[in-house]
Amino acid sequence: MSSEPLVKLTGLNFAYDRRPVLTGINLEVPRGKVVAIMGGSGCGKTTLLRLIGGQIKPQSGSVRVDGKMVPDLDADDLYRLRRRMGMLFQFGALFTDMSVFDNVAFQMREHTDLPEDLIHDLVLMKLNAVGLRGAHHLMPSELSGGMARRVALARAIALDPMLMLYDEPFAGLDPISLGVVGQLIRKLNDALGASSVVVTHDVQESLLIVDYIYFVSEGKVVAEGTPAEIRASRDPWVHQFVWAEADGPVPFHYAAAPYMQEMMDAGHA
Amino acid sequence: MLDRVASVLRLIGKHVNQGIWRLGFASRFLLMTLLYSGTAFRRFGLTIRQIYFSGVQSLIIILVSGLFVGMVLGLQGFDTLERYGSEEALGVLVALSLVRELGPVVAGLLFASRAGSAITAEIGLMKATEQLTAMEMMAVNPIARVVAPRFWAGVTSMPILAAMFSAMGIFGGYLVGVVLIGVDEGSFWSQMQASVDFRQDILNGVIKSIVFGVAVSLIAVFEGYDADPTAEGVSGATTRTVVISSLAILGLDFILTAFMFRGF
Repeated sequence: MSSEPLVKLTGLNFAYDRRPVLTGINLEVPRGKVVAIMGGSGCGKTTLLRLIGGQIKPQSGSVRVDGKMVPDLDADDLYRLRRRMGMLFQFGALFTDMSVFDNVAFQMREHTDLPEDLIHDLVLMKLNAVGLRGAHHLMPSELSGGMARRVALARAIALDPMLMLYDEPFAGLDPISLGVVGQLIRKLNDALGASSVVVTHDVQESLLIVDYIYFVSEGKVVAEGTPAEIRASRDPWVHQFVWAEADGPVPFHYAAAPYMQEMMDAGHA
Repeated sequence: MLDRVASVLRLIGKHVNQGIWRLGFASRFLLMTLLYSGTAFRRFGLTIRQIYFSGVQSLIIILVSGLFVGMVLGLQGFDTLERYGSEEALGVLVALSLVRELGPVVAGLLFASRAGSAITAEIGLMKATEQLTAMEMMAVNPIARVVAPRFWAGVTSMPILAAMFSAMGIFGGYLVGVVLIGVDEGSFWSQMQASVDFRQDILNGVIKSIVFGVAVSLIAVFEGYDADPTAEGVSGATTRTVVISSLAILGLDFILTAFMFRGF
Protein backbone atom coordinates (compact mmCIF):
# COMPACT_ATOMS: atom_id res chain seq x y z
CA MET A 1 0.00 0.00 0.00
CA SER A 2 1.31 3.44 -0.93
CA SER A 3 2.33 5.63 2.01
CA GLU A 4 0.92 8.69 0.23
CA PRO A 5 -2.25 9.95 1.96
CA LEU A 6 -5.47 8.84 0.26
CA VAL A 7 -6.87 12.37 0.33
CA LYS A 8 -4.70 15.46 0.20
CA LEU A 9 -5.99 19.01 0.00
CA THR A 10 -3.37 21.70 -0.56
CA GLY A 11 -3.84 25.48 -0.47
CA LEU A 12 -7.53 25.07 -1.20
CA ASN A 13 -9.68 28.16 -1.81
CA PHE A 14 -13.36 28.04 -2.58
CA ALA A 15 -16.02 30.77 -2.84
CA TYR A 16 -19.73 30.73 -3.66
CA ASP A 17 -20.11 33.64 -6.07
CA ARG A 18 -17.74 36.08 -4.40
CA ARG A 19 -18.34 34.96 -0.80
CA PRO A 20 -15.25 33.04 0.34
CA VAL A 21 -16.18 29.77 2.08
CA LEU A 22 -12.81 28.04 2.39
CA THR A 23 -9.44 29.76 2.38
CA GLY A 24 -6.01 28.14 2.31
CA ILE A 25 -7.11 24.70 3.51
CA ASN A 26 -4.38 22.07 3.90
CA LEU A 27 -5.65 18.69 5.00
CA GLU A 28 -4.64 15.04 4.71
CA VAL A 29 -6.44 11.74 5.22
CA PRO A 30 -3.88 8.94 5.66
CA ARG A 31 -4.83 5.50 4.35
CA GLY A 32 -6.75 3.33 6.80
CA LYS A 33 -7.53 6.23 9.15
CA VAL A 34 -10.73 7.94 10.25
CA VAL A 35 -10.38 11.71 10.13
CA ALA A 36 -12.96 14.14 11.50
CA ILE A 37 -13.59 17.64 10.22
CA MET A 38 -15.29 19.65 12.92
CA GLY A 39 -16.67 23.11 13.23
CA GLY A 40 -19.85 25.04 13.82
CA SER A 41 -22.76 25.05 11.41
CA GLY A 42 -22.05 26.90 8.16
CA CYS A 43 -18.25 26.91 8.57
CA GLY A 44 -17.67 25.13 5.25
CA LYS A 45 -17.38 21.50 6.44
CA THR A 46 -19.90 20.04 4.00
CA THR A 47 -18.35 22.11 1.19
CA LEU A 48 -15.09 20.28 1.91
CA LEU A 49 -16.82 16.92 1.41
CA ARG A 50 -18.36 18.13 -1.83
CA LEU A 51 -14.94 19.21 -3.05
CA ILE A 52 -13.46 15.81 -2.22
CA GLY A 53 -16.35 14.10 -4.01
CA GLY A 54 -15.86 16.31 -7.08
CA GLN A 55 -19.37 17.83 -6.90
CA ILE A 56 -17.85 21.31 -6.97
CA LYS A 57 -14.49 22.67 -8.10
CA PRO A 58 -12.19 24.92 -6.07
CA GLN A 59 -11.12 28.33 -7.38
CA SER A 60 -7.52 27.44 -6.57
CA GLY A 61 -5.50 24.77 -4.79
CA SER A 62 -5.52 21.03 -5.30
CA VAL A 63 -7.80 18.16 -4.27
CA ARG A 64 -6.03 14.87 -4.68
CA VAL A 65 -7.76 11.53 -4.05
CA ASP A 66 -5.73 8.35 -4.50
CA GLY A 67 -3.19 10.36 -6.49
CA LYS A 68 -5.76 11.83 -8.89
CA MET A 69 -6.49 15.55 -9.16
CA VAL A 70 -10.27 15.50 -8.67
CA PRO A 71 -11.11 18.93 -10.23
CA ASP A 72 -9.25 17.99 -13.43
CA LEU A 73 -11.03 14.67 -14.01
CA ASP A 74 -13.50 14.42 -16.89
CA ALA A 75 -16.99 13.05 -16.23
CA ASP A 76 -16.06 9.41 -16.98
CA ASP A 77 -12.95 9.42 -14.80
CA LEU A 78 -14.82 11.19 -12.01
CA TYR A 79 -17.55 8.54 -12.08
CA ARG A 80 -14.85 5.84 -12.11
CA LEU A 81 -13.34 7.36 -8.98
CA ARG A 82 -16.72 7.75 -7.30
CA ARG A 83 -17.39 4.04 -7.70
CA ARG A 84 -14.62 3.59 -5.17
CA MET A 85 -16.13 6.14 -2.77
CA GLY A 86 -19.11 5.80 -0.46
CA MET A 87 -20.99 8.72 0.96
CA LEU A 88 -23.39 8.84 3.87
CA PHE A 89 -25.72 11.82 3.61
CA GLN A 90 -27.01 13.76 6.58
CA PHE A 91 -30.52 12.35 6.38
CA GLY A 92 -29.67 9.14 4.55
CA ALA A 93 -30.97 10.21 1.12
CA LEU A 94 -32.46 6.76 0.61
CA PHE A 95 -34.41 6.29 -2.62
CA THR A 96 -37.96 6.55 -1.35
CA ASP A 97 -39.51 4.54 -4.20
CA MET A 98 -37.36 1.49 -3.44
CA SER A 99 -37.33 -0.99 -0.56
CA VAL A 100 -34.37 -1.21 1.84
CA PHE A 101 -33.14 -4.24 -0.12
CA ASP A 102 -33.30 -2.45 -3.48
CA ASN A 103 -31.56 0.61 -2.04
CA VAL A 104 -28.59 -1.47 -0.94
CA ALA A 105 -28.63 -3.45 -4.20
CA PHE A 106 -28.78 -0.25 -6.30
CA GLN A 107 -25.07 0.18 -7.00
CA MET A 108 -24.50 -3.54 -7.48
CA ARG A 109 -27.19 -3.62 -10.17
CA GLU A 110 -25.99 -0.39 -11.78
CA HIS A 111 -22.27 -1.10 -11.86
CA THR A 112 -21.82 -4.87 -11.91
CA ASP A 113 -23.10 -7.86 -13.87
CA LEU A 114 -23.47 -9.98 -10.75
CA PRO A 115 -26.29 -12.54 -10.87
CA GLU A 116 -29.37 -11.66 -8.84
CA ASP A 117 -28.90 -14.51 -6.31
CA LEU A 118 -25.37 -13.31 -5.52
CA ILE A 119 -26.64 -9.73 -5.16
CA HIS A 120 -29.27 -11.10 -2.76
CA ASP A 121 -26.58 -12.66 -0.55
CA LEU A 122 -24.33 -9.58 -0.69
CA VAL A 123 -27.17 -7.23 0.22
CA LEU A 124 -28.10 -9.36 3.22
CA MET A 125 -24.44 -9.40 4.32
CA LYS A 126 -24.24 -5.60 4.10
CA LEU A 127 -27.52 -5.22 5.98
CA ASN A 128 -26.34 -7.73 8.57
CA ALA A 129 -23.24 -5.61 9.12
CA VAL A 130 -25.46 -2.70 10.17
CA GLY A 131 -27.85 -4.95 12.10
CA LEU A 132 -30.83 -4.51 9.78
CA ARG A 133 -31.00 -7.79 7.84
CA GLY A 134 -34.51 -8.27 9.21
CA ALA A 135 -35.64 -4.93 7.76
CA HIS A 136 -34.74 -5.68 4.14
CA HIS A 137 -38.35 -5.75 2.99
CA LEU A 138 -39.33 -2.40 4.55
CA MET A 139 -39.74 0.85 2.65
CA PRO A 140 -37.69 3.91 3.74
CA SER A 141 -40.86 5.61 5.05
CA GLU A 142 -41.23 2.76 7.58
CA LEU A 143 -37.78 3.32 9.12
CA SER A 144 -36.79 5.49 12.08
CA GLY A 145 -34.10 8.16 11.58
CA GLY A 146 -31.39 5.95 13.06
CA MET A 147 -32.43 2.92 10.99
CA ALA A 148 -32.49 5.01 7.81
CA ARG A 149 -28.96 6.22 8.55
CA ARG A 150 -27.80 2.59 9.00
CA VAL A 151 -29.46 1.47 5.77
CA ALA A 152 -27.78 4.39 3.99
CA LEU A 153 -24.51 3.20 5.51
CA ALA A 154 -25.09 -0.32 4.18
CA ARG A 155 -25.82 1.20 0.77
CA ALA A 156 -22.67 3.35 0.90
CA ILE A 157 -20.45 0.31 1.58
CA ALA A 158 -22.18 -1.83 -1.07
CA LEU A 159 -19.17 -1.88 -3.39
CA ASP A 160 -16.52 -1.96 -0.63
CA PRO A 161 -15.26 1.62 -1.15
CA MET A 162 -11.69 2.74 -0.49
CA LEU A 163 -12.93 6.09 0.86
CA MET A 164 -16.00 6.79 2.98
CA LEU A 165 -17.39 10.30 3.31
CA TYR A 166 -19.79 10.98 6.18
CA ASP A 167 -21.85 14.18 6.22
CA GLU A 168 -23.07 14.83 9.77
CA PRO A 169 -23.68 11.13 10.54
CA PHE A 170 -24.78 11.88 14.11
CA ALA A 171 -27.23 14.72 13.46
CA GLY A 172 -30.65 14.19 15.00
CA LEU A 173 -29.97 10.74 16.47
CA ASP A 174 -30.94 9.49 19.92
CA PRO A 175 -27.98 8.59 22.22
CA ILE A 176 -28.20 4.85 21.52
CA SER A 177 -28.39 5.23 17.71
CA LEU A 178 -25.60 7.78 17.95
CA GLY A 179 -23.30 5.31 19.71
CA VAL A 180 -24.27 2.53 17.26
CA VAL A 181 -23.54 4.67 14.19
CA GLY A 182 -20.26 5.85 15.72
CA GLN A 183 -19.07 2.31 16.36
CA LEU A 184 -20.19 1.24 12.86
CA ILE A 185 -18.12 3.99 11.27
CA ARG A 186 -15.01 2.77 13.06
CA LYS A 187 -15.63 -0.97 12.58
CA LEU A 188 -16.57 -0.70 8.92
CA ASN A 189 -13.53 1.45 8.20
CA ASP A 190 -11.24 -1.14 9.75
CA ALA A 191 -13.04 -4.16 8.26
CA LEU A 192 -13.06 -2.68 4.74
CA GLY A 193 -9.50 -1.39 4.99
CA ALA A 194 -10.94 1.93 3.90
CA SER A 195 -10.24 5.51 4.95
CA SER A 196 -12.98 7.80 6.23
CA VAL A 197 -13.73 11.49 6.47
CA VAL A 198 -16.37 12.37 9.05
CA VAL A 199 -17.83 15.85 8.92
CA THR A 200 -19.52 16.54 12.23
CA HIS A 201 -20.07 18.92 15.08
CA ASP A 202 -20.59 16.12 17.57
CA VAL A 203 -17.34 16.40 19.52
CA GLN A 204 -17.69 13.82 22.25
CA GLU A 205 -18.80 10.96 19.98
CA SER A 206 -16.14 11.77 17.38
CA LEU A 207 -13.30 11.90 19.90
CA LEU A 208 -14.09 8.26 20.72
CA ILE A 209 -13.81 6.88 17.22
CA VAL A 210 -11.51 9.01 15.05
CA ASP A 211 -7.73 9.02 14.60
CA TYR A 212 -7.24 12.68 13.77
CA ILE A 213 -9.28 15.86 13.91
CA TYR A 214 -9.27 19.10 11.96
CA PHE A 215 -11.17 22.07 13.35
CA VAL A 216 -12.54 24.46 10.74
CA SER A 217 -13.80 27.93 11.55
CA GLU A 218 -14.81 30.62 9.06
CA GLY A 219 -13.31 28.61 6.22
CA LYS A 220 -9.89 28.02 7.78
CA VAL A 221 -8.30 25.14 9.66
CA VAL A 222 -7.84 26.65 13.13
CA ALA A 223 -6.59 23.57 14.98
CA GLU A 224 -5.72 19.94 14.40
CA GLY A 225 -4.50 16.94 16.31
CA THR A 226 -5.22 13.47 17.67
CA PRO A 227 -8.15 13.09 20.10
CA ALA A 228 -5.71 13.11 23.05
CA GLU A 229 -4.07 16.32 21.82
CA ILE A 230 -7.44 17.94 21.25
CA ARG A 231 -8.67 17.07 24.74
CA ALA A 232 -5.50 18.52 26.24
CA SER A 233 -5.48 21.60 24.02
CA ARG A 234 -5.31 25.01 25.68
CA ASP A 235 -6.28 26.80 22.47
CA PRO A 236 -9.29 28.93 23.50
CA TRP A 237 -11.20 28.12 20.29
CA VAL A 238 -10.74 24.34 20.69
CA HIS A 239 -11.50 24.55 24.39
CA GLN A 240 -14.78 26.38 23.76
CA PHE A 241 -15.83 23.91 21.10
CA VAL A 242 -14.85 20.69 22.89
CA TRP A 243 -16.39 21.70 26.20
CA ALA A 244 -19.42 23.36 24.57
CA GLU A 245 -18.95 26.70 26.31
CA ALA A 246 -21.24 29.59 25.41
CA ASP A 247 -18.49 32.17 26.02
CA GLY A 248 -15.27 32.24 24.07
CA PRO A 249 -13.69 33.32 20.81
CA VAL A 250 -16.58 31.96 18.71
CA PRO A 251 -19.02 34.89 18.41
CA PHE A 252 -22.67 34.42 19.38
CA HIS A 253 -23.83 37.25 17.11
CA TYR A 254 -23.83 37.27 13.35
CA ALA A 255 -21.82 40.23 12.04
CA ALA A 256 -23.99 43.36 12.38
CA ALA A 257 -23.86 47.14 12.71
CA PRO A 258 -23.49 48.44 16.30
CA TYR A 259 -26.67 47.81 18.30
CA MET A 260 -27.18 51.42 19.36
CA GLN A 261 -26.68 52.77 15.85
CA GLU A 262 -29.21 50.30 14.40
CA MET A 263 -31.82 51.15 17.06
CA MET A 264 -31.37 54.87 16.53
CA ASP A 265 -31.63 54.47 12.73
CA ALA A 266 -34.84 52.44 13.13
CA GLY A 267 -36.26 55.14 15.37
CA HIS A 268 -35.74 57.80 12.74
CA ALA A 269 -37.07 55.72 9.85
CA MET B 1 -41.37 59.69 -11.81
CA LEU B 2 -38.37 58.95 -13.98
CA ASP B 3 -37.06 56.69 -11.25
CA ARG B 4 -40.29 54.73 -11.20
CA VAL B 5 -40.24 54.25 -14.99
CA ALA B 6 -36.61 53.14 -14.80
CA SER B 7 -37.36 50.61 -12.07
CA VAL B 8 -40.33 49.21 -14.03
CA LEU B 9 -38.12 48.90 -17.12
CA ARG B 10 -35.42 47.24 -15.03
CA LEU B 11 -37.97 44.78 -13.64
CA ILE B 12 -39.25 43.91 -17.12
CA GLY B 13 -35.68 43.53 -18.37
CA LYS B 14 -34.84 41.26 -15.46
CA HIS B 15 -37.83 38.98 -16.12
CA VAL B 16 -37.16 38.82 -19.86
CA ASN B 17 -33.50 38.07 -19.16
CA GLN B 18 -34.42 35.33 -16.69
CA GLY B 19 -36.92 33.87 -19.17
CA ILE B 20 -34.27 33.66 -21.89
CA TRP B 21 -31.79 32.10 -19.46
CA ARG B 22 -34.31 29.45 -18.45
CA LEU B 23 -35.18 28.74 -22.07
CA GLY B 24 -31.47 28.25 -22.74
CA PHE B 25 -31.15 25.94 -19.71
CA ALA B 26 -34.23 23.97 -20.79
CA SER B 27 -32.81 23.52 -24.32
CA ARG B 28 -29.50 22.35 -22.92
CA PHE B 29 -31.37 20.06 -20.55
CA LEU B 30 -33.32 18.57 -23.47
CA LEU B 31 -30.05 17.92 -25.32
CA MET B 32 -28.55 16.24 -22.24
CA THR B 33 -31.70 14.14 -21.83
CA LEU B 34 -31.52 13.00 -25.46
CA LEU B 35 -27.79 12.36 -25.13
CA TYR B 36 -28.25 10.18 -22.04
CA SER B 37 -31.37 8.39 -23.28
CA GLY B 38 -29.48 5.15 -23.95
CA THR B 39 -30.31 3.72 -20.52
CA ALA B 40 -34.03 4.46 -20.98
CA PHE B 41 -34.06 2.19 -24.06
CA ARG B 42 -31.42 -0.36 -23.08
CA ARG B 43 -33.14 -1.01 -19.77
CA PHE B 44 -36.64 -0.56 -21.08
CA GLY B 45 -38.11 -1.84 -17.81
CA LEU B 46 -37.27 1.55 -16.24
CA THR B 47 -39.32 3.34 -18.92
CA ILE B 48 -42.16 0.80 -18.76
CA ARG B 49 -42.43 1.42 -15.02
CA GLN B 50 -42.78 5.15 -15.67
CA ILE B 51 -45.31 4.53 -18.46
CA TYR B 52 -47.34 2.73 -15.82
CA PHE B 53 -47.12 5.70 -13.42
CA SER B 54 -47.76 8.50 -15.90
CA GLY B 55 -49.75 6.72 -18.61
CA VAL B 56 -51.72 3.85 -17.11
CA GLN B 57 -52.56 5.74 -13.93
CA SER B 58 -53.91 8.65 -16.01
CA LEU B 59 -56.33 6.34 -17.82
CA ILE B 60 -59.31 6.86 -15.53
CA ILE B 61 -59.30 10.66 -15.78
CA ILE B 62 -58.64 10.52 -19.54
CA LEU B 63 -61.40 7.98 -20.28
CA VAL B 64 -64.03 9.60 -18.06
CA SER B 65 -63.24 13.09 -19.39
CA GLY B 66 -63.29 11.78 -22.95
CA LEU B 67 -66.70 10.24 -22.42
CA PHE B 68 -68.19 13.44 -21.03
CA VAL B 69 -66.60 15.68 -23.64
CA GLY B 70 -68.00 13.38 -26.36
CA MET B 71 -71.45 13.41 -24.77
CA VAL B 72 -71.45 17.21 -24.58
CA LEU B 73 -70.27 17.39 -28.20
CA GLY B 74 -73.18 15.09 -29.12
CA LEU B 75 -75.69 17.34 -27.39
CA GLN B 76 -74.30 20.66 -28.63
CA GLY B 77 -73.59 19.31 -32.11
CA PHE B 78 -77.07 17.93 -32.51
CA ASP B 79 -78.60 21.19 -31.33
CA THR B 80 -76.68 23.18 -34.00
CA LEU B 81 -76.92 20.67 -36.85
CA GLU B 82 -80.65 20.23 -36.32
CA ARG B 83 -81.16 23.89 -37.28
CA TYR B 84 -79.79 23.13 -40.74
CA GLY B 85 -81.45 19.73 -41.02
CA SER B 86 -78.18 17.86 -41.12
CA GLU B 87 -78.29 15.80 -37.92
CA GLU B 88 -76.77 12.82 -39.79
CA ALA B 89 -73.49 14.75 -39.93
CA LEU B 90 -73.25 14.48 -36.12
CA GLY B 91 -70.75 11.61 -36.36
CA VAL B 92 -68.45 13.71 -38.56
CA LEU B 93 -68.64 16.70 -36.25
CA VAL B 94 -67.92 14.68 -33.13
CA ALA B 95 -65.09 12.69 -34.73
CA LEU B 96 -63.35 15.64 -36.41
CA SER B 97 -63.60 17.83 -33.30
CA LEU B 98 -62.03 15.06 -31.26
CA VAL B 99 -59.28 13.69 -33.47
CA ARG B 100 -58.15 17.09 -34.77
CA GLU B 101 -58.45 19.24 -31.65
CA LEU B 102 -60.07 18.13 -28.45
CA GLY B 103 -58.38 14.72 -28.22
CA PRO B 104 -54.78 15.99 -28.28
CA VAL B 105 -55.48 19.30 -26.50
CA VAL B 106 -57.73 18.19 -23.63
CA ALA B 107 -55.79 14.95 -23.13
CA GLY B 108 -52.61 17.08 -23.10
CA LEU B 109 -54.04 19.46 -20.49
CA LEU B 110 -55.23 16.56 -18.33
CA PHE B 111 -51.88 14.79 -18.75
CA ALA B 112 -50.04 17.96 -17.68
CA SER B 113 -52.10 18.32 -14.52
CA ARG B 114 -52.24 14.62 -13.62
CA ALA B 115 -48.86 13.19 -14.68
CA GLY B 116 -46.73 16.30 -15.37
CA SER B 117 -47.27 17.72 -11.89
CA ALA B 118 -46.53 14.32 -10.31
CA ILE B 119 -43.27 13.97 -12.26
CA THR B 120 -42.14 17.48 -11.23
CA ALA B 121 -43.03 16.90 -7.59
CA GLU B 122 -41.26 13.53 -7.53
CA ILE B 123 -38.02 14.77 -9.12
CA GLY B 124 -38.13 17.99 -7.07
CA LEU B 125 -38.51 16.03 -3.83
CA MET B 126 -35.73 13.65 -4.88
CA LYS B 127 -33.55 16.73 -5.29
CA ALA B 128 -34.66 18.27 -1.98
CA THR B 129 -33.89 15.05 -0.08
CA GLU B 130 -30.47 14.72 -1.76
CA GLN B 131 -31.47 11.53 -3.60
CA LEU B 132 -30.19 12.95 -6.90
CA THR B 133 -26.88 13.99 -5.32
CA ALA B 134 -26.61 10.55 -3.71
CA MET B 135 -27.10 8.99 -7.12
CA GLU B 136 -24.36 11.18 -8.60
CA MET B 137 -22.03 10.24 -5.76
CA MET B 138 -22.75 6.58 -6.59
CA ALA B 139 -21.50 7.32 -10.11
CA VAL B 140 -24.99 6.98 -11.60
CA ASN B 141 -26.09 9.85 -13.83
CA PRO B 142 -29.51 11.08 -12.60
CA ILE B 143 -30.40 12.41 -16.05
CA ALA B 144 -29.93 8.94 -17.52
CA ARG B 145 -31.47 7.04 -14.60
CA VAL B 146 -34.29 9.35 -13.41
CA VAL B 147 -35.02 11.99 -16.05
CA ALA B 148 -34.76 10.16 -19.40
CA PRO B 149 -37.11 7.24 -18.51
CA ARG B 150 -39.75 9.70 -17.27
CA PHE B 151 -39.34 11.90 -20.34
CA TRP B 152 -39.72 9.03 -22.81
CA ALA B 153 -42.59 7.54 -20.81
CA GLY B 154 -44.44 10.85 -21.18
CA VAL B 155 -43.67 11.10 -24.89
CA THR B 156 -44.90 7.51 -25.42
CA SER B 157 -47.99 7.76 -23.25
CA MET B 158 -49.35 11.04 -24.58
CA PRO B 159 -50.40 9.95 -28.13
CA ILE B 160 -51.95 6.75 -26.77
CA LEU B 161 -53.89 8.68 -24.14
CA ALA B 162 -55.06 11.22 -26.76
CA ALA B 163 -56.21 8.38 -29.04
CA MET B 164 -58.11 6.75 -26.16
CA PHE B 165 -59.63 10.12 -25.24
CA SER B 166 -60.88 10.55 -28.84
CA ALA B 167 -62.21 6.96 -29.03
CA MET B 168 -64.05 7.38 -25.74
CA GLY B 169 -65.37 10.78 -26.90
CA ILE B 170 -66.74 9.28 -30.12
CA PHE B 171 -68.43 6.61 -28.02
CA GLY B 172 -69.91 9.37 -25.81
CA GLY B 173 -71.16 11.22 -28.90
CA TYR B 174 -72.70 7.97 -30.15
CA LEU B 175 -74.43 7.35 -26.81
CA VAL B 176 -76.04 10.78 -26.76
CA GLY B 177 -76.64 11.23 -30.50
CA VAL B 178 -77.76 7.75 -31.53
CA VAL B 179 -78.91 5.99 -28.38
CA LEU B 180 -80.54 8.90 -26.54
CA ILE B 181 -81.61 11.38 -29.25
CA GLY B 182 -82.18 8.90 -32.06
CA VAL B 183 -79.88 10.07 -34.89
CA ASP B 184 -79.71 7.38 -37.57
CA GLU B 185 -76.95 4.97 -36.60
CA GLY B 186 -75.97 4.11 -40.18
CA SER B 187 -75.51 7.78 -41.13
CA PHE B 188 -73.64 8.50 -37.92
CA TRP B 189 -70.93 5.90 -38.62
CA SER B 190 -70.87 5.94 -42.45
CA GLN B 191 -70.52 9.73 -42.72
CA MET B 192 -67.80 9.64 -40.12
CA GLN B 193 -65.99 6.92 -42.05
CA ALA B 194 -66.31 8.81 -45.32
CA SER B 195 -65.29 12.23 -44.05
CA VAL B 196 -62.47 11.55 -41.60
CA ASP B 197 -59.24 11.37 -43.58
CA PHE B 198 -56.45 9.22 -42.15
CA ARG B 199 -53.54 11.49 -43.13
CA GLN B 200 -55.19 14.89 -42.88
CA ASP B 201 -57.13 14.32 -39.68
CA ILE B 202 -55.94 11.33 -37.69
CA LEU B 203 -52.23 11.55 -38.47
CA ASN B 204 -52.16 15.29 -37.83
CA GLY B 205 -53.92 14.68 -34.50
CA VAL B 206 -51.31 12.08 -33.61
CA ILE B 207 -48.49 14.49 -34.54
CA LYS B 208 -50.07 17.14 -32.32
CA SER B 209 -50.26 14.75 -29.39
CA ILE B 210 -46.61 13.72 -29.84
CA VAL B 211 -45.55 17.39 -29.87
CA PHE B 212 -47.63 18.04 -26.73
CA GLY B 213 -46.13 14.91 -25.14
CA VAL B 214 -42.60 16.21 -25.76
CA ALA B 215 -43.50 19.69 -24.47
CA VAL B 216 -45.28 18.54 -21.29
CA SER B 217 -42.69 15.87 -20.46
CA LEU B 218 -39.78 18.25 -20.98
CA ILE B 219 -41.39 20.97 -18.88
CA ALA B 220 -42.23 18.46 -16.12
CA VAL B 221 -38.76 16.91 -15.84
CA PHE B 222 -36.98 20.26 -16.25
CA GLU B 223 -39.05 22.03 -13.61
CA GLY B 224 -38.48 19.14 -11.19
CA TYR B 225 -34.74 19.03 -11.82
CA ASP B 226 -34.42 22.81 -11.63
CA ALA B 227 -36.63 23.22 -8.54
CA ASP B 228 -35.22 24.94 -5.46
CA PRO B 229 -34.58 22.11 -2.99
CA THR B 230 -37.13 23.37 -0.46
CA ALA B 231 -40.83 22.70 0.20
CA GLU B 232 -41.65 26.10 -1.30
CA GLY B 233 -39.42 25.46 -4.31
CA VAL B 234 -41.05 22.12 -5.11
CA SER B 235 -44.58 23.49 -4.77
CA GLY B 236 -43.67 26.44 -7.02
CA ALA B 237 -42.14 24.13 -9.61
CA THR B 238 -45.25 21.90 -9.62
CA THR B 239 -47.48 24.91 -10.21
CA ARG B 240 -45.19 26.18 -12.97
CA THR B 241 -45.34 22.79 -14.70
CA VAL B 242 -49.13 22.92 -14.93
CA VAL B 243 -49.29 26.59 -15.95
CA ILE B 244 -46.44 26.55 -18.50
CA SER B 245 -47.50 23.18 -19.94
CA SER B 246 -51.09 24.35 -20.41
CA LEU B 247 -50.01 27.57 -22.11
CA ALA B 248 -47.47 25.68 -24.23
CA ILE B 249 -50.14 23.19 -25.37
CA LEU B 250 -52.56 25.94 -26.36
CA GLY B 251 -49.88 28.03 -28.09
CA LEU B 252 -48.37 25.06 -29.93
CA ASP B 253 -51.87 23.92 -30.89
CA PHE B 254 -52.51 27.21 -32.65
CA ILE B 255 -49.21 27.07 -34.52
CA LEU B 256 -49.65 23.41 -35.51
CA THR B 257 -53.27 23.95 -36.59
CA ALA B 258 -52.23 26.91 -38.71
CA PHE B 259 -49.63 24.80 -40.52
CA MET B 260 -51.66 21.59 -40.76
CA PHE B 261 -55.09 22.76 -41.74
CA ARG B 262 -54.51 26.14 -43.32
CA GLY B 263 -51.25 25.22 -45.01
CA PHE B 264 -49.35 28.39 -44.06
